[in-house]
Amino acid sequence: MIKFFLMVNKQGQTRLSRYYEHVEINKRTVLEAEVIKNCLSRSKDECSFVEYKDFKLVYRQYAALFIVVGIDQTENEMAVYELIHNFVEVLDKYFSRVSEFGLMYHKILQEILKTCCCTDLFLRQFFQPYFCYI
Amino acid sequence: MSDVVERTLSALPGLLGQHDPGAGPGGAGGPGRVSASSRLGSLIRSITALTSKHEEEKLIQQELTSLKATVSAPSTTLRLMKECMVRLIYCEMLGYESSFGYIHAIKLAQQGNLLEKRVGYLAVSLFLHENHELLLLLVNTVVKDLQSTNLVEVCMALTVVSQIFPREMIPAVLPLIEDKLQHSKEIIRRKAVQALYKFYLIAPNQVQHIHDKFRKALCDRDAGVMAASLHIYLQMIKENSSGYKDLTGSFVTILKQVVGGKLSADFNYHSVPAPWLQIQLLRILGLLGKDDPRTSELMYDVLDESLRRAEINHNITYAILFECVQTIYTIHPKSELLEKAAKCIGKFVLSPKINLKYLGLKALTYVIQQDPNLALQHQMTIIECLDHPDPIIKRETLELLYRITNGQNVIVIVQKMLDYLKEGQEEYAIISLVGKIAELWFIQTMNAVFSVGGDVVHSDIPNNFLRLLAEGFDDEKEDHQLRVYAVQSYLALLEEEDKLYPQKFLQVMSWVLGEYFSLVTDVDPEVILTKLHSLLKKTFVTSETKAWIMAAVTKIASHTSCSKTVDEIIQELSSSLDTCLRQYAFELKHLCEDKALMKSLLPFDASCSDLVVDASLSFLDGFVAEGLAHGAAPYKPHHQRQEEKLSQEKALNFEPYGLSFASSVSSSGVTGRQSPTGLSFGSDISGNSAETGHKETNTLKLEGVRKLWGKEGYLPKKENKTGKENEPQAVPCGSLLAGQVGEAPALRPEQGASLSEEDKEKQQLASTLFIGLGASAGVSLMGKADTATQKFKRKSKITETHAASNFDPLLDTVPDNVEDSEGSVHTGLRKGSPSSSDTVEDNLAFETPQSLRKSVLDDRISANRLSQSSLFADSNIEIFQPSSSAQCESASETPLVPSLPEELEELPHSEVVGLCQSDALALHLCKVWTDDSLLLIVFVSNKTTAALHAVNLVFEETEHFQILESATSHFPVIEAQSVEHCQKCVRMNKVCTQAILPASVSYQSEMETCLEFSVTLSLMDFIRPMEMTTEDFGKLWLSLSNDVKQNIKMSPCQDSLSAALDTLQQKLKLHRVDVIGNEGILACQLLPSVPCLLHCRTHSGMLALWFRSPCAALPDGLLYQCQKVMEES
Repeated sequence: MIKFFLMVNKQGQTRLSRYYEHVEINKRTVLEAEVIKNCLSRSKDECSFVEYKDFKLVYRQYAALFIVVGIDQTENEMAVYELIHNFVEVLDKYFSRVSEFGLMYHKILQEILKTCCCTDLFLRQFFQPYFCYI
Repeated sequence: MSDVVERTLSALPGLLGQHDPGAGPGGAGGPGRVSASSRLGSLIRSITALTSKHEEEKLIQQELTSLKATVSAPSTTLRLMKECMVRLIYCEMLGYESSFGYIHAIKLAQQGNLLEKRVGYLAVSLFLHENHELLLLLVNTVVKDLQSTNLVEVCMALTVVSQIFPREMIPAVLPLIEDKLQHSKEIIRRKAVQALYKFYLIAPNQVQHIHDKFRKALCDRDAGVMAASLHIYLQMIKENSSGYKDLTGSFVTILKQVVGGKLSADFNYHSVPAPWLQIQLLRILGLLGKDDPRTSELMYDVLDESLRRAEINHNITYAILFECVQTIYTIHPKSELLEKAAKCIGKFVLSPKINLKYLGLKALTYVIQQDPNLALQHQMTIIECLDHPDPIIKRETLELLYRITNGQNVIVIVQKMLDYLKEGQEEYAIISLVGKIAELWFIQTMNAVFSVGGDVVHSDIPNNFLRLLAEGFDDEKEDHQLRVYAVQSYLALLEEEDKLYPQKFLQVMSWVLGEYFSLVTDVDPEVILTKLHSLLKKTFVTSETKAWIMAAVTKIASHTSCSKTVDEIIQELSSSLDTCLRQYAFELKHLCEDKALMKSLLPFDASCSDLVVDASLSFLDGFVAEGLAHGAAPYKPHHQRQEEKLSQEKALNFEPYGLSFASSVSSSGVTGRQSPTGLSFGSDISGNSAETGHKETNTLKLEGVRKLWGKEGYLPKKENKTGKENEPQAVPCGSLLAGQVGEAPALRPEQGASLSEEDKEKQQLASTLFIGLGASAGVSLMGKADTATQKFKRKSKITETHAASNFDPLLDTVPDNVEDSEGSVHTGLRKGSPSSSDTVEDNLAFETPQSLRKSVLDDRISANRLSQSSLFADSNIEIFQPSSSAQCESASETPLVPSLPEELEELPHSEVVGLCQSDALALHLCKVWTDDSLLLIVFVSNKTTAALHAVNLVFEETEHFQILESATSHFPVIEAQSVEHCQKCVRMNKVCTQAILPASVSYQSEMETCLEFSVTLSLMDFIRPMEMTTEDFGKLWLSLSNDVKQNIKMSPCQDSLSAALDTLQQKLKLHRVDVIGNEGILACQLLPSVPCLLHCRTHSGMLALWFRSPCAALPDGLLYQCQKVMEES
């Protein structure tokens, strides 16, 4: 199960956050800060999965942007790792350039991750509804 | 795509252009660019430009204030509202609460046009959580949109439902969503399935009736719908795999098609067909095939195929392979597949890619429980990973090692874990790892654990540790060695002057030093005293720890002739600000003046011998008598004083009665176990109440502590292991230490040939780590064991049993209340321990006296509820169990044998007694005591050879009793020679010890006849035990006003309190709540629910009874019954 999805820049500022389990808003800030600290402190040749409290973080870096996904113990880390990439690819296709800019990501994310599980992402099908929404 | 959608789509650009060319990427206007003029854009840009958090906060607060004004202004258009909402979402995402906008988000979703609605829905799903009250306001909007003809609106509604929906409102939308499952558009069907999945997660019962439709969705021609339905199935199969075995074939077929590339290329991700779908399917198959050879059979082919197809080197195929491996090792094994999977793991583990290595280790950790041999194959890699610079890899490796720990490699593995700990990780990691280490134990390790883990260590651990030291093992010599070793190691640790140790560790140290210092002959006690003294002076030592230290000093002082340090300590602390320490100092001072007393007070190594505590302080009787003679007021117990004060002041008292009990329970439970701070020197000279004997002490609470540690280390662990390592068990344990250097079990000869120094080291490590795994393992060990290991070498099973039987005293100290009604259980356990065949069960039982006790109690409670016969199991109320002889007897009297109906037979009941009879009929009565009522069963037997007509049974209502329902029973006809019965539920309205319930029976034979009879009912028929805790008792006690006190003489045969309580409990069905010293508390209730509490105290042959109840007459009635039973016995 996916617990949250974060996009952070290198300065540690949150650019996008989405929680799939309710977290108090003031606790979110604390959690995000810790999560970011955990991920930013790791070097490139260290592995992309971090244990944090009782869950795991899977992160991936795109230039100045970090995408961090919090998952529970039952999830397949590698699958989530690739899911991040899939997400970015879709963003890239749609926005032509993935930047730190962020609100519309939400809508795409909403399509990819339904009820905190990774659903398959089918580009064709994905764009259909997306056009509908805008 | 349907026409509607197409039309909508074509309309969109215009719509967007017309409304808002800036915000949001227009569908047609070139995706992705948020226009510079958009307010969101500028907000984001200005935030990005800021450098400090403080500035950001200021800016956002400003923004929020202006937004608040805008959204609440009535003139705000929906378009502007949408714009505001987007900014609000952003602010909230940055962690600034914007709850004022929530209601507007809902409004926007309700009233806006498509785009505005969309933003409204998005905002709602981001702002609110499942239980938010505002969410209910959304329901109407959702219902409306679900019924809309506009597909886009339906889509939006379904999307929001699959994200967030109030559980109690599911019925409102469920039929609508069900309909959507048949919708012609696949996107609608897919979203409907997703919404149902959400419902299944939050309220599985509500969607039970649509399971068939899920099957339809699984077979949907659209792959998207099918994929969505898999989520539901995964969840359902997780909960109950047996219900879906018939679908195995379908899942296998789907996977086959996916793997075979039958899906359209749209589903490909980096040319791998629908990878996440595959993972989902593999998980489902794993769950279905678990422990089921027949189902597993079906999936071997497709698993093989998956393994084969996933050979492209890409991360996503690794993810699939990982899932495959897990599935293969979960289902019923097939050697061919296992081999391939193992190869796969090997590839992962050896990979230079770090993420892959991680995945490999994770797979290995999973697999290793099934097949430890695999660890042997990869042992060198594992060793390398242990020293990997990435702490995450290291941790994963330790996790793996933890799974393969056995008696022989425990030392090395624990060492590795400790090394990791010392690197200083975050607290969470420390806690979890310390827990693991604690399971794999020996003294040195414990020292390290204590000093590193510090005060986050759970308090059970040091307590267990001390208990282990104190109780010792079967072998005196070994105990001695162990203790000496402990003392020595602590002295060495204290040698380092300025080191800071955690408080718990210091407490352990001081206890051990105080208790066993004299075992170490070559150290002058003066040296130890000096060290303790310097500790006392340290500021970081808490006063609790200081108390432990003082206790140690006292113990040491008792065995040395006058010591300068002791004098110094006394002097220093006599003026200490801490009253507790001052008290200790004075005690010590007085004791020092009387060495003989001190010696007898503090015998050496008596921590395990039970002290007999004279809780009644009878030795002070003389003093009291003298005091009374001089006109002192007689002592009143605390609660009595409190009572009196209460009645005088007429004020509320919030002090619960239970408090003084609760505190004394803990100390009296420690039946005299000598513990550091628990030495009571009898300084309270306040009379003969029990309370004084039980002042709250800060003792080492050994009773409640789980018995986790045994001779061999952690007990439960051992239990698990005995099965796993039959192999090493058989190996003579001497080999571990004998230092035979043989060939390490799994080392291949060619490896050993050309080994660098470093490799050799690694191999040595490997052989120590992996010893005890695999078939050939356990023969030798390259590493030299140090002295510490000697003490902890594995023992044969028999020793383990001895160790187990050593724990016997533990159960003896279980408070009396356990023994009361299930004495058989208790003794059964005690007897069981020496037999080696039951070692496992016994050990388990001993490990958890606490939980055992709990469970026994629970059993009892539930037993009381479920099978009523146990309610009176130990009472001597005649429980009539129909035996053949009894039946014969009654048969000889009357030809008609009334017997209880089956459902009542189980309940406690009296004998069937005759009430009255005439020529024509006989009446018999049986009382049945159920939990909540008294049932009178009246049997009417027709003795004649003709049927009796219109038999009427009438009970008269009296002032004392009330018949529930109807007081009469009517039998239209009773056949010849047959028995009818009726049952009446009776309540006692007015309390009396005994009263008569008159009744009559009339019947028609040749003429109308009426027989009168009566039933005698006693108060005890309506008294039931009342389960409660001491705390509850205390609270209730204070709230009750009617009390009755009486002293009754106890007969010599039952002069102890427990005997008296037993009598009361058995004969009067009182529930024994607690016993403390010479006081006991009992509780019962008069049906239906009038409580009566009893407090008993024994003193000099008298039993003081003190009743309290809300009903004035009840205590008197019960007192009478008590006197009666006490006289009888």
